[in-house]
Amino acid sequence: MINATAPPIAVDMRGITKRFPGVIANERVDLQVFVGEIHALLGENGAGKSTLMSTLCGLYQPDEGEIHLAQNGRLQRAHIQSPGDAIDLGIGMVHQHFKLVQTQTVAENVIIGLKGVPLRLNMRQVEKDIAALARQYNIPVDPQAYIWQISVGEQQRVEILKLLYRQAEILILDEPTAVLTPQEATELGKTLRNMAREGKAIIFISHKLDEIMEIADRVTVLRDGKNVATVAVRDTNKAELARMMVGREVIFRVEKEACQHGAPVLSLEKVSALNDKGLAALKNISLDVCSGEIVGIAGVAGNGQRELAEIITGLRKATQGSVRLRGQPMTNRASIEFIREGVAHIPGDRLGMGLAGNLPISDNLIMKSYRRAPLAVGPFLRATAIREFAVRLIENFQVLTPGPGTPARNLSGGNQQKAILAREITAGKTMTTGNEVPFLVAVYPTRGLDVGAIETVRRELLEQRGQGAGILLISEELEELIALSDRIAVLHAGEIMGIVDANEADIEQLGLMMAGEHAGKHVPAGGA
Amino acid sequence: MLPFTLKFERRLTVSRVATFLSPLAALLLALLFGAVLLATAGANPWTTYRAMFTGAFGSTYNWTETLVKATPLILTGMSVAIAFRMLFWNIGAEGQLVMGGIAAAWTALFLTERLAFLPDSPWVWLPLMMIMAIIAGAIWGLIPALLKAYLNVNEIITTLMFNYIAILWYRYLFTTAWKDPLGFGFPGSAEIPLYARLPRISGRLHLGIILAIAAVLLIWVIMDKTRRGYEIRLIGENRRAAEYAGVNIIRNIILVMVMSGGLAGLAGLAEVAGISFRLQHGLAAGYGFTGIIVAWLARLNPWGVVLVGVLLAGLLVGGDQIQISMGLPASVALVLQGAILLFVLGSEVFRSYRLRIIPRAPVALPPPEEAA
Amino acid sequence: MDLNLIVSILNIAVVAGTSLVYATLGEILTERSGILNLGVEGIMIMGAVSAFAAAYHSNSAWVGVLTAMLVGGALALVHAFLTITMRAEQVVTGLAITIAGGGLASFLGQKLGPAGAPLVGLIGPRFREIPIPGLSQLPLIGKAVFSQDLLVYLMYLVVALVAYFLYRTRPGLHLRAVGENPQTADALGVSVFRVRYFYTMLGGVLMGVGGAHLSLAYTPGWTENLTGGRGWIAIALVIFAAWDPLRALLGALLFGSVNAIQFRLQAQGTTIPSNLLNMLPYILTVVVLVLTTWLEAFRKRVGAPAALGLPYNREERT
Repeated sequence: MINATAPPIAVDMRGITKRFPGVIANERVDLQVFVGEIHALLGENGAGKSTLMSTLCGLYQPDEGEIHLAQNGRLQRAHIQSPGDAIDLGIGMVHQHFKLVQTQTVAENVIIGLKGVPLRLNMRQVEKDIAALARQYNIPVDPQAYIWQISVGEQQRVEILKLLYRQAEILILDEPTAVLTPQEATELGKTLRNMAREGKAIIFISHKLDEIMEIADRVTVLRDGKNVATVAVRDTNKAELARMMVGREVIFRVEKEACQHGAPVLSLEKVSALNDKGLAALKNISLDVCSGEIVGIAGVAGNGQRELAEIITGLRKATQGSVRLRGQPMTNRASIEFIREGVAHIPGDRLGMGLAGNLPISDNLIMKSYRRAPLAVGPFLRATAIREFAVRLIENFQVLTPGPGTPARNLSGGNQQKAILAREITAGKTMTTGNEVPFLVAVYPTRGLDVGAIETVRRELLEQRGQGAGILLISEELEELIALSDRIAVLHAGEIMGIVDANEADIEQLGLMMAGEHAGKHVPAGGA
Repeated sequence: MLPFTLKFERRLTVSRVATFLSPLAALLLALLFGAVLLATAGANPWTTYRAMFTGAFGSTYNWTETLVKATPLILTGMSVAIAFRMLFWNIGAEGQLVMGGIAAAWTALFLTERLAFLPDSPWVWLPLMMIMAIIAGAIWGLIPALLKAYLNVNEIITTLMFNYIAILWYRYLFTTAWKDPLGFGFPGSAEIPLYARLPRISGRLHLGIILAIAAVLLIWVIMDKTRRGYEIRLIGENRRAAEYAGVNIIRNIILVMVMSGGLAGLAGLAEVAGISFRLQHGLAAGYGFTGIIVAWLARLNPWGVVLVGVLLAGLLVGGDQIQISMGLPASVALVLQGAILLFVLGSEVFRSYRLRIIPRAPVALPPPEEAA
Repeated sequence: MDLNLIVSILNIAVVAGTSLVYATLGEILTERSGILNLGVEGIMIMGAVSAFAAAYHSNSAWVGVLTAMLVGGALALVHAFLTITMRAEQVVTGLAITIAGGGLASFLGQKLGPAGAPLVGLIGPRFREIPIPGLSQLPLIGKAVFSQDLLVYLMYLVVALVAYFLYRTRPGLHLRAVGENPQTADALGVSVFRVRYFYTMLGGVLMGVGGAHLSLAYTPGWTENLTGGRGWIAIALVIFAAWDPLRALLGALLFGSVNAIQFRLQAQGTTIPSNLLNMLPYILTVVVLVLTTWLEAFRKRVGAPAALGLPYNREERT
């Protein structure tokens, strides 16, 4: 019996269960979303939010449970077997990784898969229609532009337009602000409000509490695949949400000792570089990282972070400027030389770059150390030494794995990251005469990890800092940067907008810098 | 509409049962397919297969014939296997083999005259011919490798085109430039001197088989037990991770293709210095392509290559046999080879995926509810 | 250099190039959907032998073409099944089809003649030249372009159709999307599965026609190894054509003219041995490929369909 004064229900998911090999992604989850509401789905990575929404979109089939949708004023059971079905039923999703064809135009992208498009394409009409929709909802987009030409924010708008063009009534957005600056995120919030007012039901997935408190009407918290609670935003607060999300009290600040920094380990001077497309990725970057300090790099992904990490590990050539490691000129040397200098690199793309998924974990652990004793003698590898080495690392860093011979792709994300940490830190230490990792680059090191793994990684970074390592931490989480870093540099469009002391940083100032505003003061190496 | 759908679901770990069973099942299916083909051609499949088997393995002499064919197959199989390990699609083993044969013939026919001061001994000339054959094959493989490494040119096409170029050149040589005037009308080069021939072991089986096994051993040690082998594996598994680990990609591509081309070149030597003793028609007998089948069926494993090489050689010898004894075209063996590979390709899915039968949900809807 | 020579070269270029155009178009459609089919050579030769055999026994060249289409489609279906549904490695599967197809064609060539005799040396129905009134009198190109057999005229039509289809129709848009980004196309309701199966098979049909042209018009007749590597040249031409049908036509004509020049030189009694002369198309392929790849590296926008050669599985979590 539905409460007569409640708004009509748009979506009713009941008892949804979905299993994957080795894990239960959703367990008997219920979710109800009203028409005209903005409903947030909160949970940590791996809590089951994406899976639940993918089920609603027809990408997955639930193992158990039912989905009911409002059709013609009544709730009816729906069988959503494919994304095509979902679209027919008025459900659309904007994914974190945009589903856009780079080499085609906005207009072409909008009509792909659309029913009712005539056999002979009439692109001019389509472009006109798109322009009209864009005006109606106040979503600026150029229908004739190629996707590879437009900004990330505009690409997201194209994704939203695609759904509106198909008369979607239920719109799902997966971590929509992950690729936006704080200002762009506010704009998005306004757009969502517009759409809700026009009667759309909006679900957005997020793990950012600030965002949820600001934009959503109600929020459902998922944890370990189960629905923990559904509350109205005005009836709750961040601390309570965080507790529901994690299951215990969450400490927002990490305890760390004062910075005991020493001489510069990394010195970048006026470094410029191009990205894969030949466009400028870094412009005149000057930055120092001292031993015993963590310098965080803040910024929306795509502003040169990847290129920066590659320059300082020898994976990309700088077009100008100089790179020095402990005073040694290293500009444009091969990556092997950086490895020999003891540079540890935790790449942002675990399985794409950091690990060979199909090879055993032991093969992955020796990736930086296989060239020298005790793992190698002459050109030969010593199998027993390798096995012992692998077992030792697995124990010391508590990597959970059935054995050293297990393929790396079988480990959970957290354990894969721990393995990478184990490898990098061990290799970095042995390359130098002392017992410290001289320099470590960590790129999005806690991305996609559960809370336990995140704590381990952060603890390890602070430990290395305590031992005298210089660390460059590139992260998307401003909170993480503020908690761990001694200084924070903000990267925008390949330039450093400013360097601030982490203890005095405030989110709004950082957000402005991320959006392209230069900061007033600049904190040099050595602290304030 | 069936009451269920079939779906492939990824397994957590590779299934060991499937790893053994699926190739066997594939082999059986391929033999079945071959049987149907034979039946339509008017032959009794059972007697045909029996004849093929005895033709290959039925007597000591037949065994030697099989091993004679296995020699180049093992070498080209290894050649292809190490290249494929690195995801370098070397389709050019045929051409590399031919170049090796040309180099061996050149050394035996012409270098012997230029360097006449050297003793007329196999101890001198065989190693020399080996070196020349390996170098020739290696160079022939290296050019496409460099094009790929530096210019990213598709190696499938370049290695393939180089096949044709090599074959045409060798044809030119034995029909025109090096044609033996005393040839009795049968086009070919002069015969190579006795001291430049691989000694025979039994029947036509020659020292080449020992060379092949030795090569397999050497390559196995390199791939499995050395740093280079690790690097090559890494490049094949995840090239970006290899770059990240500081592996010199270009040097490894070059090294692998030198080995790969060299092995194929050695196969050319085995044919010229062990069987034909001259450059003539029949050197380009398709061993380069059959080597691809050998490598894949052996899952790129060195000792698998030996086993599969012998088995496929038996298939080819059996095919020749039935051509003589039963008047069936020898291409039956080729069809069978292709069919085996196709069925094995189809069966490999079961190692990493499980087939799930998902019953379709019943279509009847429960009574609709009020949505207020 | 007299006009007759140019006309003669152009003429041979068109005839020789026709089978290449068909095969290249077939592979373009296949690769645009994201599937790499290296079985072109095997499919072409099977198309050639089945076309000739069917034409011979039915006494109709068109029956031959239809048979080649069926055979080509069927072989391509095997490739599609193995690579799409059974997730086999695309490169090796294509090679297997070429090897199996080659062996099967050889076998059939020896068994499909009357009463199980070989097909070699037989004379069967063929496509003869049909000059188009008026147009075939045009200077220079008249004979080459407008005085050819029906399969050549059909080829002109097919090129135009494929070009229009690819860029101006909805299914063409979907095909391009599937090859660039199958996840996207799938999420938008385009069945990647169906698209790949369909265009792989359609590609095989065209490749079969290419083979049929060889045995029913160009040679005509059947001999061992009739295709002589044309299937592989077609694969190279796809890259040269940057996956565009009109450029494919250009490329095929280029290679056809190399053939023509070979013939011409031999007819005039050159001192260059025929074997060395025959190397020309293969050397040219390498040169063209190197240049194309090198130049395309500067124009990063035009390249292979981004998802070419990669398998697609909707439920795979990365």
